[in-house]
Amino acid sequence: MPTLKELAKEQELLSGGHRLCAGCGASIAVRQVLLAAPKPLVVTSATGCLEVATTIFPYTAWEMPWMHSAFENAAATCSGIESAYESLKKQGRLPVDTKIYFITFGGDGGTYDIGLQSLSGAAERGHRMLYVCYNNQAYMNTGIQRSSATPKGGFTTTSPAGKVKPGKEQARKDLTEIMVAHNIPYVAQAVVGDWRDLTTKVQKALSKDGPSFINVLSPCRLGWGCAPEKTLQTGRIAVETCFWPLYEVDEGVHKLTYKPKEKKPIIEFLKLQDRFKHLLKAGNEALLAEIQEDIDKKWKKLLFLSGEKSE
Amino acid sequence: MRKLLAITGNEAIAYAMKQINPDVVAAYPITPATEIVQIFSQYAADGEVNTEFVAVESEHSAMSATIGASAAGSRAMTATSSQGLALMWEMLYIASALRLPIVMPEVNRSLSAPINIHADHSDTMGARDSGWIQIYCENAQEAYDSLIQAVRIAEECLLPIMVTIDGFIISHAMEGVETFEDKDVQNFIGKYKPAHPLLDINHPITIGAIDFNDYYFEHKRSQIEAMNKVEPVILKIAQEFNKTFGRSYGLFEEYMMQDAETAIVVIGSTAGTAKVAVNNLRKQGKKVGLLRLRVFRPFPAEKLSKALSNLKAVAVLDRSTGLNAYAGPVCTEVASSLYTNSEKKPKILNYIYGLGGRDIFVEDIENVYKDLEKVVKTGRTENLINYIGVRE
Ligand SMILES: Cc1ncc(C[n+]2csc(CCOP(=O)(O)OP(=O)(O)O)c2C)c(N)n1
Repeated sequence: MPTLKELAKEQELLSGGHRLCAGCGASIAVRQVLLAAPKPLVVTSATGCLEVATTIFPYTAWEMPWMHSAFENAAATCSGIESAYESLKKQGRLPVDTKIYFITFGGDGGTYDIGLQSLSGAAERGHRMLYVCYNNQAYMNTGIQRSSATPKGGFTTTSPAGKVKPGKEQARKDLTEIMVAHNIPYVAQAVVGDWRDLTTKVQKALSKDGPSFINVLSPCRLGWGCAPEKTLQTGRIAVETCFWPLYEVDEGVHKLTYKPKEKKPIIEFLKLQDRFKHLLKAGNEALLAEIQEDIDKKWKKLLFLSGEKSE
Repeated sequence: MRKLLAITGNEAIAYAMKQINPDVVAAYPITPATEIVQIFSQYAADGEVNTEFVAVESEHSAMSATIGASAAGSRAMTATSSQGLALMWEMLYIASALRLPIVMPEVNRSLSAPINIHADHSDTMGARDSGWIQIYCENAQEAYDSLIQAVRIAEECLLPIMVTIDGFIISHAMEGVETFEDKDVQNFIGKYKPAHPLLDINHPITIGAIDFNDYYFEHKRSQIEAMNKVEPVILKIAQEFNKTFGRSYGLFEEYMMQDAETAIVVIGSTAGTAKVAVNNLRKQGKKVGLLRLRVFRPFPAEKLSKALSNLKAVAVLDRSTGLNAYAGPVCTEVASSLYTNSEKKPKILNYIYGLGGRDIFVEDIENVYKDLEKVVKTGRTENLINYIGVRE
């Protein structure tokens, strides 16, 4: 487990001056991942806020070899880079004493939706790479459209709350468990707001000789409508309400990495964000109850999978 | 020692790939190109190549992984056909704009719908403006020879290249193919020295940044210039190939063109059939010729229009249709290059043929020459667009 002191001594590999918003959860996640990761690194990104805001030509915020090719294929692109590394290394055409680590960043759109196939393929093939989904629960770069990571009831510009619809009608896809089903060495959920948990998971993931996946809930001030100075708190309350449990599946074994002392009601999370504002109006009580029920059910299942006592 | 092998087009391509010994091959099966991938994966399984073979889950990922591998600094290849190429479409433009010297054999097959597995050129013609160099081969020998040259062309021009053969007609037909020794192929292609490999961790670079309206145009302008410079490189490498291996290739092949009054322009395997027709008609004293276009990208406009300008009439055979209510892609480019490059303008006819693998026969081609003769006699073209072998 890395200490703050150790991390503070590491060189920042995502330099300042990029154009991500103040309070952007994704950039905090990326910085923490890069600080914790063993070096040297080669990084790939999917199209999205992160890529667009960090590489406005002729500038780049990335202090290591970095590549973007398209939206839905970051995992496939990275798998090609990793295969080239394997090939050249075997042929003695790379320095023998350097081991390069491979990380890919994608938003939830580029990971849950359009990039799911390429992620699944790369995971199944067993490339030695860590895929980090900075999950802000919508397509933010194109102006806050719904993704399959958008929670039920959430307002987005393509799941707007209207006279007859209460925001997104469907539940979130459980991508973390989909990745668990790939039987890869390491899968975890983390959050922007708990650096120790995230950085520990990054180091575990990159110690594996195969693919790993971390799904990082990353608050987005614009898309979620929350105060930029409240990014970390918003992330933490997602964990305290069990909207976003922190856990890992290490070599197939589920384990909670944090268990709230007292599970808070979901309303505590919802009320911090404009995207759920409409749910708090009178008439939506049934939907709120349903959202709470969904969370309770999933939490119970996770407790079971992790060998914890049911509450 | 050179070996004369009885092999199919696909086998010739896979064999050339083995001798090229790329560092990474990422590929996905599709008829009629599947064999290339299968045969090559066996080479990898038997340790006959140093290649990391990546059996990806789609052609989009095949091209994406090949792009990643090429950017990483390795020699990277893939192979595909038809729907596979269509699925790669987005990534084709990215491969060329990132200036990655990827070499891709492509087996020409029609595009759905209706789904059909047989030869026509709709697939690669659809990719003609994607920034890839395109070489269309007449037979398996040419595919073998061209693939070896393609490595050098791509790496010198820093542009990706596709080398195509007609599905089934060439991919599955057995021919005598003269192959070279591994070491001679290796000597010809040389060692790959990428200028800015992503895996050079001591010189970190950013690949695939975003351009706004202040830079995009300049980057495209330099890409245009890269394609402008390809023609002499192809010719130089062909010359070197001829010196080393003794077979000569150009941008196009001229057959009985010297004193020809009419001629056909054609791409791919149909040239073989057309040569028989030319021989037959020549025996009857007809002054007919054939121009087989080999390099379609870059389009050799100047040289091609010079070769055609003295003809009285020319028929362009297209094995795809532009679906543009005008003419096929080869015809429109031949016609426009004559318009812009030559004072003399032969009459032009366009023949759409062979869609979805429809056979074309020697008589069909002889009939085209008859049509040309009529045009010369009357000075009039009745129809610009004509169809061969379709039930109306
Ligand atoms: C094939 C393709 N479809 C659509 C787009 C447009 N597009 C660019 S970024 C984006 C949304 C990205 O969303 P996400 O992956 O969640 O990342 P975020 O923007 O939230 O960082 C979309 C739809 C594209 N670039 N490519």
